[in-house]
Parts: sequence; C-alpha cells; structure tokens
Amino acid sequence: MHNTTIKVALIGNPNVGKTSVFNQLTGLNQQVGNYPGITVEKKEGICKLSSNSKAKIIDLPGTYSLNASSIDENVVIELLLNKNDIDFPDVAVVVTEVENLKRNLLLFTQIKDLEIPTILVINMSDRMALKGIELDIPYLEEEFNTKIALVSSRKKVGIDNLKNLIQDYKNLSIEPCLHASSIDPEYFDKLRKTFPNQLLYKLWLVITQDVNFLNLERNEIKSSFTKSHADLKRLQQKETIKRYQFINDTLKIGQTIDKTKASDFQSKLDRVLTHKIFGYVIFFGILMVIFQSLFDWSSIPMDFIDESFANLSSYAKINLPAGEFTNLISEGLIPGIGGIVIFIPQIAFLFLFISVLEESGYMSRVVFLMDKIMQKFGLSGKSIVPLISGTACAIPAIMSARNIENWKERLITILVTPFTTCSARLPVYAILISLIIPDKRILGFLSLQGLTLMLLYLLGFGAAVISAYILNKMLKLKCKSYFVVEMPSYKIPMFSNVGINVLEKTKAFVTGAGKIILAISVVLWFLGSHGPSNGFDNAEAIVLKSNESKTISTDVLEDKISAYKLEHSYIGILGKTIEPAIKPLGYDWKIGIAVLSSFAAREVFVGTLATIYSVGNHSEEETTIKNKMAAEVHPETGDKIFNFATGVSLLLFYVFAMQCVSTLAIVKKETNSWKWPIIQLVFMSGFAYIVSLIAYQILK
Amino acid sequence: MAVLLSDLKIGEKAIILDVNIDEIPLKLLEMGCLPGNEIQLLQIAPFGDPLYFNINDSHVAIRKETAAEVSIRLEKQI
Repeated sequence: MHNTTIKVALIGNPNVGKTSVFNQLTGLNQQVGNYPGITVEKKEGICKLSSNSKAKIIDLPGTYSLNASSIDENVVIELLLNKNDIDFPDVAVVVTEVENLKRNLLLFTQIKDLEIPTILVINMSDRMALKGIELDIPYLEEEFNTKIALVSSRKKVGIDNLKNLIQDYKNLSIEPCLHASSIDPEYFDKLRKTFPNQLLYKLWLVITQDVNFLNLERNEIKSSFTKSHADLKRLQQKETIKRYQFINDTLKIGQTIDKTKASDFQSKLDRVLTHKIFGYVIFFGILMVIFQSLFDWSSIPMDFIDESFANLSSYAKINLPAGEFTNLISEGLIPGIGGIVIFIPQIAFLFLFISVLEESGYMSRVVFLMDKIMQKFGLSGKSIVPLISGTACAIPAIMSARNIENWKERLITILVTPFTTCSARLPVYAILISLIIPDKRILGFLSLQGLTLMLLYLLGFGAAVISAYILNKMLKLKCKSYFVVEMPSYKIPMFSNVGINVLEKTKAFVTGAGKIILAISVVLWFLGSHGPSNGFDNAEAIVLKSNESKTISTDVLEDKISAYKLEHSYIGILGKTIEPAIKPLGYDWKIGIAVLSSFAAREVFVGTLATIYSVGNHSEEETTIKNKMAAEVHPETGDKIFNFATGVSLLLFYVFAMQCVSTLAIVKKETNSWKWPIIQLVFMSGFAYIVSLIAYQILK
Repeated sequence: MAVLLSDLKIGEKAIILDVNIDEIPLKLLEMGCLPGNEIQLLQIAPFGDPLYFNINDSHVAIRKETAAEVSIRLEKQI
C-alpha cells in the first residue's frame, strides 16, 4: 500500500505541556532548525501512526491567540493562513490543559474559524481527580464540533488515542463553533460580499494583523476596510468577549469543578517563594547551589576528559608515522577538539538547571519578584529570563527578550545581556581560576574556587545592571509599559523534557563552537609551525651558535630551539606585533593571540593556548592544558606567566569584553540596525581593556 | 465612585466593570480581563508592584499602573 504522511501542526498556549505532547508523539525522532530568514526555532518530528502511515508534526511556537504580538507568534499565523506553504497542516492539534481550559479554549475557537480540521487535546488529565474537575466529553465534542483527546503527557496516557484521531483526520468537522462576525454584522457582510471566495475570519486576521500574506491583495482589503487602530481594537475586544461567552456557557454545562477539592498548594508555595525576604533568600540560594555545583560536580568528568585527550594526543604522536600530518593531528586537531569537549559537563549542567527552573514554573515567580527592582534600572522583571539564560548563551537569551512588551526595556535588555557570563566564558574562567586560586574550602564546605566563580558571575550581572541604569537615563524613548506575565501552576519537571532539551542545546553548542575551534586550531597550528624562512628554518643553527660557549643539556637546548622556532613562526611575528598593546595588561604575546582569536568565540581561548603550547612544548610530563599553562614561564626572568595579577587581569577582561561574533549578529537582527552591536563592541571591549589595565597595574 | 483594580486588597474578589481599552494590552484582554469576569488579588510583590491576580481562572501578574486602568465592583467575601 502507498505510504502517506499526514502534516500536523501542534498549536497551544505557553505552559500547557505542548512540548511534552510533541516529545511523546515523536520520541527522539525530531529535528530543530530555524524558519527561513528569522531566528525563530522550528521543531519538527516524525510520528509513526500505523504500519503504512506516519505524521510529520510541527511544534509551533506557543501563542495565546491568533492576534500576534511577536515574531514567534507571527510564525503561527503565517503558516495557518498560507495554504501554499509546504508545511500547511492537514490537521491542527490544539493542546490545552485541564486547569486552564477556559483561557486555552480561546485560541481553539480561533483556529476552528480557519476551517482546518482540528483536534482538541486536553492535557494533564491526571490532575483532574486531584482538582475535582469532571468533563462531559461527548457534550464538549458536540459543542466544539471536534474530537477531544484526553491526554496525560506526564503519565503517557491517551497518546495512542490521539494518534488514531490524527489518522482519521478526514472525518473531522471543519465547521466553526461560533460565529464571531456577529460582533459587527454590517461590516462583516460587506467584507464577505467583496471577497466571496475568501474565508471571513482569514480576511479579518489580515486586516488586524501585521503578517505577510501572499495570495490576497493586502492593500486592496486594507484601503476599503480600514478602521482606526482604536476601532479595530474595540472590535477585537468584542470578538474576545464573544468567544469567552461561548466558552463560559459551554463549560458551565460540560465542566464541573468541585471547589472543595482544589488544594491551595500553589498559593501556599507562592506566598513563600514571592515573600519579601524568603523569596530573595531562596532565589539567591538557588543561584548559589547552581554555581557551586558547576564547579564541584563537573570537575570529575572534566578531569577525566582532559586526561583522556592528553593521552590520545601523545598516543597519536607515538604511534602514527612521524611527519607534518601527524603533527597536525596530535598538535592541532586533538588539543583543539579536547579544548571544547572538556566543557560538555559544565554546559550540560547549566542547561539542566535553566531547563528545570523554566519547567517547574519557578522562573515566572522570579519575574514577579524582581520586576519592581528591575524597573528602577530601566529593565523589566521579564529581563530576568534573558539575564539568567544568558549564563548559558547570549544568543537564545537575546531572542527570549522578545517577550518583553515595552521596546525600551527590551532594547536595554538586549544591550546588557552579553555582560552575563555565558557558558563560553566558563572554560576560560575555569582554567584561570584553577591556576591562580588555591583549592581550599571555607567553613569546611564552600569551595574558594566556586566562590570566585560566583563572584565573576555577580560582576558580570552587576555590569549588566549598571549599564542598564546608564542606558535608561540616556535613551530618550517613550513607550507604554505593558507587563503581562502568566503564573503557571507548579510542576515537577519531566525528566524526558529536560533531558531532550539539555541534549539538544549541548549538541548545538558543541557542533557550533566545535566547527569554529577546529578551524581556528588548524590555522593556528599551521601559523605556529611555519614561518618566514630566515629565522624559522635556521632556528637550530642559530640557537646552537648563540649557546656555543655555555654547557647545557640536550633537553634544555631542545626546548630553547622550539621556543625560538615558535617566536619566529608566523604566529610569533603576529603576536610580537600586538604585544605592546597588551603588555600593560600583563599578557605575553601568546596570551595576546589567544585573546585575539577569541573574538570569534570566547571558548577558543583555551583551545588556542592548548594548540600554541603543544607546538612550543616537547617535554613529556606536562600533558594536560592546565599543567602546560602552569609550567609556562617568562623566557628571561623565569617567573610564572600565569601569576595572580595576570590571571585577575585576564578574568576581568573576559567578564567585560564583547567577544562573540554570533552575538553581534543576533543583536543586529533583533534591533534591525548596525548601530547597537557596534556600540556594544566598542563600549564593552574598551571598558574591559581599561579595567584589566588598572587591575594589573595595581596587583603586579 | 468606581473602584480601581489597583485598590484591591489581598484576597479580595471583584467583578470587572470596564477596562480602558487604549491603555490595556490585547494580551491581557485575551487572558480574560474583560467586563463581567471575576477577578481576585492573590499576591502583591515586594515593594508593592506588580500585582498577581486570578482573572477568570487564569493566574496573571500585571503592573499597578495597568491595574489602575480597570474599574471594578467589589464582591462580598463568602
């Protein structure tokens, strides 16, 4: 028999468990990409329905209604209004949850008006008994002109039923469940008569929304049916009231709630978590735990990975036939890849924590708790989400600022988010801290290194907040301060959701950063092991000649030769050229190269040093990156290169500098101008230079 | 005289009479902040802002200045 693929669009409000329904349907059989031209995440997956049919499921961004207020929500409308889109669904699955049914149904009634076959999923059915909720499914199916799937994505109940409904989508009614046009019969009649071949609700959406619309002459509709902004909004309000009336009336009969069973667990927890003292104490405590664990728990797998790569590198060197190619592998590729693989544990932990905070519903409480304080700095409580998820990566963080309704607050959030310490800085911090801060514990359990790490995070956060304050005073923008945040009920995060999220994000980080690091380490290796003929090729002769009079062992002599070679390689020449600019900060030319190359991406720093030191170092014991750095001494004085002053200066530089090409690109996209990313680059890096300069000059 | 939503005390319930449509975002209307619906103040954030409501069974937080654009009628406590 012929194989069929049914196209399914998964639609729903935020916080209804849409993603876990998606995960249940597709398993790990999913891929994440971007919608063309915009940076909205596109998730799709394949679900096997029966032996000869499957469904392609698109997980659309969460939206409260078809009245879009962000580009994420626009994606939903653009797909549903465009029959020619290759992803245009055969069937729409609207996910709602049993505790917020009333509000969730608003979107459902709108989708029904588009006359697409629609299945209603009522999720979290396992909480019905607990909350004393009963539903008359046959009655609701009749009123809503649809089939209902009661699902508990948490308990994995009802998914097979949903699959059957998807397979039988052709039997679904496409009749709307209410007639919204009765809010202004005259206006809508005229609209219907002018465009008899078009769906009325679609026309209405085209008039009210700011979406691209291919088949209709948008201007034509607009000109003859224009209403003032206020009039349109009044009509939209009427429409919303009308829909709620229908929903309320239907649920009055189809849903019974035994209020005595409704536990006030949520309100009790809310009272503690948003308390004016405990709220902040708990929030701060959670942050503490995160940073302690980032340093403590992840050090075990990290040490293991570090050793393994060092062993692999020397194994390759010994066992592969000697020559250029082997050098490239053992000195360029393996240390370069090792430099990124080592940070997988920390990055995975970070994504894990952020994912748990979001999934549990706690993040919304933090938004609520912090809004008033953040307002003083020209930010919104919602800026907390970008600022916290900026600890993973500034790119998704800046995109998550889209939820901020007020443009000025959103712009400031975008501008200051890169100050928060992203996971790419973690490798740099981790290795420098372990070099300059002793591995001691305070009060027996607080690790001094962990505390230093937390201090660096706070410093970045402080820089973000202070520059927000300055920007707020400087920017003259008048914006209405809208702030609407849903407080979802508390949930224990689902292992599979968190797991898939962590896996996906870590994979994206490793492959994304991995490509850059790999390319840079190959280039660096080449530049480091080749040079203009004079100094480089005759290194051995020159060193031998200059040491003729002294009696030194062959080991030392060999080290001297390789050091001389490195200095006269292309990279050495480049480094020496920039040395005057960075010497006042306490960096030698090797660190300078590493800092310079990390303007592509910060995490390159460690990989760069690893590559440079592998080329320059031939002794057997110092195999791990850290040991190599610790052993590095000043050629004339014999002092350690990574002493306290240089370490602090480097750390401060990485706290403040804007060193990420991808972030600049995303800021350009989100603000739609080159002005803001350029200001960020100049201001942040200039400030970093000055602070590091001062710190080194004081400490040295 | 009309009572404003921003004057509500914690735990008090009210019925929404009118919303100033020019100052209220559509999103809030869609959350159920519409004339005729019931609203209850659940929490006030530290420093007095924002306010955390149960609107028509949705849990939503908004700023005080937005709440001042909604007029209400107090309900007797049951």
